[in-house]
Amino acid sequence: MIGFIFKRLLQAAFVVVVVSLVVAVAIRMTGDPALMISQGSTGITEADLVRIREGLGLNEPFIVQYFNSLMGLLTWNFGNSFVGGTPVNLLISKALPATLTLAFTSLILSIVISIPLGIAAAVSRGKWSDQMIRIGSLVGLSFPNFWLATMLVLLFGVTLRWLPPSGMAGFESYIMPTLTMGIILTATNVRLVRTTMLETLNSQYIMVARAKGLSESKVLYKHALRNCAIPLITYFGLQFGGLLGGIVVIERVFNWPGMGTLAFDAVSARDYPVLQAVIMILSLMIVLVNLIVDIAYGLVDPRIRKE
Amino acid sequence: MTSSATDELLRVENLSVRFGSSQVINKLIFTVRAGRTTAVVGESGSGKSVTSMSIMRLADMAGADYPEGRILFQRDDLAIDLISADQPSMRRIRGNEIAMIFQEPMTSLNPVFTIGDQLAEVLMLHEGMSKSQALAEAERLLTLVRLPDAKSLLTRHPHQLSGGMRQRVMIAMALACRPKLLIADEPTTALDVTVQAQILTIIKELQAELGMAVIFITHDMGVVAEMADDVVVMWKGEKVEEGPVEQIFAAPAHPYTQVLLSAVPRLGSMEGRALPLREALTVLEGDKPTLLGETRDQDTADYSAPPLLQVEDLLVRFDIKKDFFGRATHRATAVNHVSFEIYPGETLALVGESGSGKSTIGRTIQQLQEPISGDIRFDGKLLSQMSRAERQRLRRDVQYIFQDPFASLDPRKTIGYSIAEPIRTHGLLDNNRDIERRVGDLLERVGLNPNMVGRYPHEFSGGQRQRICIARALSSKPRLIIADEALSALDVSVQAQVINLFMDLQKDEGLSYLFISHDMAVVEKMSHRVAVLYTGQIMELGTRAQVFEHTAHPYTRRLLSAVPVADPTKRDRRVMLEGEIPSTTRAVGDEPPVMPLREISPGHFVAEHSDPQQ
Repeated sequence: MIGFIFKRLLQAAFVVVVVSLVVAVAIRMTGDPALMISQGSTGITEADLVRIREGLGLNEPFIVQYFNSLMGLLTWNFGNSFVGGTPVNLLISKALPATLTLAFTSLILSIVISIPLGIAAAVSRGKWSDQMIRIGSLVGLSFPNFWLATMLVLLFGVTLRWLPPSGMAGFESYIMPTLTMGIILTATNVRLVRTTMLETLNSQYIMVARAKGLSESKVLYKHALRNCAIPLITYFGLQFGGLLGGIVVIERVFNWPGMGTLAFDAVSARDYPVLQAVIMILSLMIVLVNLIVDIAYGLVDPRIRKE
Repeated sequence: MTSSATDELLRVENLSVRFGSSQVINKLIFTVRAGRTTAVVGESGSGKSVTSMSIMRLADMAGADYPEGRILFQRDDLAIDLISADQPSMRRIRGNEIAMIFQEPMTSLNPVFTIGDQLAEVLMLHEGMSKSQALAEAERLLTLVRLPDAKSLLTRHPHQLSGGMRQRVMIAMALACRPKLLIADEPTTALDVTVQAQILTIIKELQAELGMAVIFITHDMGVVAEMADDVVVMWKGEKVEEGPVEQIFAAPAHPYTQVLLSAVPRLGSMEGRALPLREALTVLEGDKPTLLGETRDQDTADYSAPPLLQVEDLLVRFDIKKDFFGRATHRATAVNHVSFEIYPGETLALVGESGSGKSTIGRTIQQLQEPISGDIRFDGKLLSQMSRAERQRLRRDVQYIFQDPFASLDPRKTIGYSIAEPIRTHGLLDNNRDIERRVGDLLERVGLNPNMVGRYPHEFSGGQRQRICIARALSSKPRLIIADEALSALDVSVQAQVINLFMDLQKDEGLSYLFISHDMAVVEKMSHRVAVLYTGQIMELGTRAQVFEHTAHPYTRRLLSAVPVADPTKRDRRVMLEGEIPSTTRAVGDEPPVMPLREISPGHFVAEHSDPQQ
């Protein structure tokens, strides 16, 4: 097990290096931050631009700049933002919790809804309740998330004024973004739960569990669900990764002070240190989640534990 | 019927069961008496399993409904109708008063829970025990089904147990609450014969100990003869006959029962014969049993010719475990220095239990598996020295028929396409009209209507599909057919027809067969010579008469004694068997020993062994 985790951590490091390298190269091809910063002010000479670049550390060779930002992950020091000069680690330590809590609450909401619904659909396969759940999930799938978000804001934030239309301030502000992401995730998850559950319900050991005289809820939630866990955990893990990426749009709509907003602004301003820190941390998160998923396999399935 | 009202435990009255619009059970009537074993026999589609699921009311979950009938179950003082009972009351009966064991021990236990948890669950549910009480009782139950080291078994998971052990756990689980009725649905069908013998003995002994009634669902007349007191014969959803087991076997009244019994291959029925026997078949014409076809000795083997196939010192190993750097640390020796030959027109049977290496030998001959060492000689030519073209030619000369006729035909291709494929692949005919004619001939040859070429596999029954597979194998005009458990998935009456088809084809086309099987009775009937395999080695090799009538190796003797005999008057001649088939997986460097073969009479080879009797 230790060897396994060690191997996975090496993989994780490799992934972070590759991803951040691609980002570092790509962003440098999009324009000069010195020009962006000096935009609007008059009488800028070439000498001023050179001075700005020097101040930002851009005169160093690319490999040194890249190595420094990579080291930042270990020392938790990513330098200062090009815009405003705030230390990047301060920005991150505000944005990361905002994004993680939003992603987690959305995923948890979706799991809590989709598991009972998916099981209900599987059990009543072909009956009207199954049809309703499937049609409902198709409708949910068809909403573009930014449209859904905008509609929620218009209805509850602007017209009814029940909920704060944007920003992160207390419990109420979580409701709409979580709901938006949760609905869209639930649409796919219900179908996934239903399919895995149908397969499991056909197993002989489910028949055996029923032949023991166990109640239907014991059969479903104890015997069947745990056997569905492997595909579900795999998928939820992947989904969490996708969630961190896809959250940018939602954060924009709700003006959520998270990693997505941070990344968006950094791209617009060619703010290398911020962008690289954000990307490295997000890819690290995704790799870690997948590691947790792999470890979870062994916990739910003794056949995997053996190896 | 002699049953009095007092000892009647279960009475099925006019039961009909429907799934949607199709009625699968029609006005079924039978009774089960306390403490006795009632066998419900029938072939696939007879409704025997649906009957057991209806008694448990588990058929409801699959969408069954019951348009008429009752199932009266005698509880302590009063009888309850299981059909009109609601699911909550059924839950108090299930696993408690009526328990069930199933066919597939490998999938009957939940893979993610320990044996102890799964056993304790039922005790906590019905007996109201605490977890620790239940675990203590679970340990006692595991000892009851003769599982060694019961305490440590409690904490183990199903995948760490063999099939035989799992079926014992299932029996322990079923018996946990001392049910009055045990329903055993083909409980030994998926097991090897020696393991089957152990399980049957355990069921019998525990039945006597606990005084429970057993409903034994099976298609195997040998098991019926071994186990049953009373027999219910089902056919197409109806009961055709019911009676004490001796009566059913000695004087079957219904034509279907007569046909069924005549189709059962009986071990020992070939005594005193030198050659395999192609027997006329009893079939139902209308509702009269009629004898069809000829009975003749299968005198097709030509021992004066050089052997068609020679297998020389074949060794096949599989890597099982690898270390950090991907090097093998543990290997299984599937085939351990095996040699034999097959002559033109001969049927050589490879018999053995699971893991004996019989299928691996077949796959190696068909070039689906590379041997570690040893060689295969076909028509005098060494496989290892063949050119590509010659190897391709060999693939044409050697054809394979698999166990599962459902899985071995492409469901999206017409059967005509599947049969013609080898002809096209090997370029035997290039004219479409010639190919069509050949496919039609082949279908006719295997007893199917040539007009069926355009149909798809799902439109055929299992027996018909196996005929299609045979037609496909014949299409490249092979000289050797490897039949790997080709009859095992078929109902006995269909199996008897396919056996005759095999023998007729051998006579007409001069085919040789490598017949891989675990079924000793079928082997006795069809083979010229027999090789008995155990953990990858030949234990005994000789003519059919030598191996079956002058058995010399103790393993062969054990195997033969484990086969249930389809004759209820010949019970209890069984040698009690203990233990499991050993694993062939060993650490690299620790190679299994090779037992040298000794020729004890001309052509009769026996592996060295340490049996005191010899």
